[in-house]
Amino acid sequence: MTARTMERTDHTGAPAASRLRSRHLLGIAGLEADEITLILDTAEAMKEIGTRPIKKVPTLRGRTVVNLFFEPSTRTRTSFEIAEKRLSADTLSIATATSSVTKGETLVDTVRNLEAMAPDMIVTRHPSSGAPHLLSRVCRSAIINAGDGTHEHPTQALLDAFTIRQHKGRLAGLKVAIVGDLLHSRVLRSNALLLTTMGAEVWGCGPATLMPAGIDRLGLHPTTSVDEAVEGADVVMLLRIQHERMHGHFFPSVREYFALFGMTSERLRRASGNVIIMHPGPMNRGVEIDSDVADGPYSVILEQVSNGVAVRMAVLYLLAGRDEMAEEGPP
Amino acid sequence: MTALLLKGGRVVDPAGAGDGAFDVLIADGAIARVGRDLPVDGAEVLEIARDWIVAPGFIDIHVHLREPGQEYKETVASGTASAVAGGFTAVACMPNTEPVNDHAGITQFILKKAAEARRARVYPIGAVSIGSQGERLAELGEQKTAGCVAFSDDGRPVATALLMRRALEYAGMLRVPVIDHCEDPSLKGDGVAHEGYHASALGLPGIPSVAESLMVERDISLAELTSAHVHIAHMSARQSLRAVRAGKDRGVRVTCEVAPHHFTLTDDALDGPVKYDTNLKMNPPLREAADRDAMIEGIGDGSVDAIATDHAPHHADEKMLEFDRAPFGIVGLETAVPLVFDRLVHTGRITLARMVELLSVNPARIIGVPGGSLAEGQPADLTILAPDLPVTVRAAALASKSRNTPFDAWQLRGGVAATVVGGRIVYQNPDAR
Repeated sequence: MTARTMERTDHTGAPAASRLRSRHLLGIAGLEADEITLILDTAEAMKEIGTRPIKKVPTLRGRTVVNLFFEPSTRTRTSFEIAEKRLSADTLSIATATSSVTKGETLVDTVRNLEAMAPDMIVTRHPSSGAPHLLSRVCRSAIINAGDGTHEHPTQALLDAFTIRQHKGRLAGLKVAIVGDLLHSRVLRSNALLLTTMGAEVWGCGPATLMPAGIDRLGLHPTTSVDEAVEGADVVMLLRIQHERMHGHFFPSVREYFALFGMTSERLRRASGNVIIMHPGPMNRGVEIDSDVADGPYSVILEQVSNGVAVRMAVLYLLAGRDEMAEEGPP
Repeated sequence: MTALLLKGGRVVDPAGAGDGAFDVLIADGAIARVGRDLPVDGAEVLEIARDWIVAPGFIDIHVHLREPGQEYKETVASGTASAVAGGFTAVACMPNTEPVNDHAGITQFILKKAAEARRARVYPIGAVSIGSQGERLAELGEQKTAGCVAFSDDGRPVATALLMRRALEYAGMLRVPVIDHCEDPSLKGDGVAHEGYHASALGLPGIPSVAESLMVERDISLAELTSAHVHIAHMSARQSLRAVRAGKDRGVRVTCEVAPHHFTLTDDALDGPVKYDTNLKMNPPLREAADRDAMIEGIGDGSVDAIATDHAPHHADEKMLEFDRAPFGIVGLETAVPLVFDRLVHTGRITLARMVELLSVNPARIIGVPGGSLAEGQPADLTILAPDLPVTVRAAALASKSRNTPFDAWQLRGGVAATVVGGRIVYQNPDAR
């Protein structure tokens, strides 16, 4: 399947936006369908850069991007760093342990001190929902949310959508089943918002104890039955189960979780013939997903990771160049 | 002191003189006479506009004055200044100061500060348990002698059913109510917003309504067992109101209060233009429309006894944090009266007489203090109201030290014209002349 056969419009048939409307990416909640399409289309061009021997373009040369991570992360942080470097930006990564947060400095003061050095963009991951929103009110830099508490992880949802689109040619009309700890998952919220905006039918499945209140208002079809969720699904996305949740009486053991909700090859038989299996990572093998499935022919988990760089390059590019967007198109 | 004659206004005094164009004569800090066209006789005359209301002084039975220990947020002086600016002649202050008011010495300190400030009367509420830790009963008898009017571990629920039972029995013996912050800690967990769609969408851990109503039910059962008076603080959930109604029907001595934000705002406010606004974070949280509507209905039909603000000042630095890390609470003394007018009186939900019951008559009765009426001999504490005054809330101009209000820039109709305590005019609204 080539790039040219990709659907270039959203499910309403409208063309991609010419630029992003907000100077920040705080969540999928602020994005409309045409902007999502713009990001995905731009990511395709960025993906091509990753196939060259010299994986670098000068687009963000002279721009400073700070990765301010208050939560440990290998995958997302390195993905952003690689994306930034491929665009020739000057990048700096700060992890909490070495920052002044441990000295009791507030989030606002930490960022204001950074801002004094005039970064163009700050990519931030924080354990509190809404931290990027607070920053956007006190900062001049553009803020990119790399995951805030249990709220959103917009670049994850974008790279998931990119991956789905690569395989299925579209997002509209697909049945997507998301299985796992829905209550605590920012990946769920971002994916639910994005996929429903783009016209997909999204099912949320997990134990009743891990269902968020008002889940149907979030646009999801809720079910505690994996079989019902997986029936005819085009995409099955597994979410990580944290072992600590057992202490909150959410489920009794990982053994029982796997027995009731774990994705196995048998369970997958109910899905559509060319179902794709996704996981934002890191995986707990034998808990939410069986190794057969994780490593099997339907799994696109590693593609998600490589697509992550392209999608993040697209986001950085589109936010950094917003003011010039009106005149030019993508590179 | 010369006598003071309030001439020309409309008295609304449901527990005393009734409703009419009466003058009020004040002498030696007490109400001397209420009647039509009283002679001046050398008294100092305060002209009251004909459409202004003269009511018995409003009493806010749930206020955090933060002194001792947190004077950067508020002091007894600034808090009582805020109170009189809001039309309150008296406040009852909660014990979650630093140190907690679990000892007569601290009660005496607070009363001393109030006397020095010479604004609103202050009635301390003592802690039920030492440090409000829920382990050992505080010296409730000594505290009552020192001046406490009620007991509460506010900030937290009274920790166990057994402690609540004993507290009710003991306080009942002293003829003083126990006020409970009703919340089951295990159900509240790390919640920071009402458990519902908005909290889910924002990724905020939820506090289900049942965390409150379950504890309300516990306390009503214990009040029934002990025949003592329990007062439910800051009620927010319709299930709690249902339990209170059922308790009252059975003859249990239960009273309850609702704060203005719980009859005005809902969790829809979380979806406003400013996301994660910590001025919308309080405990109990803003709940659903059905809860807000139930509170209004209860306020109207008499199931709710009092309106009390839960005035909770916090410094701007403390509220400029991530939503889950910011402290709970908003100020309320200076926005209560305009909100009651705008949202309850002018909408026809309650009469002026009912407003006075909710803000004066019942609060005085609940904490057993003088006031609530303009009968002869009562202390000359009066709240003078301008029911059609346009009020624009300005957080930056509040008399309180703190600015944490969700009502900044709100335009409301109805406000305070003046406040009189012990026959002294302690506040006059410059915008009301």
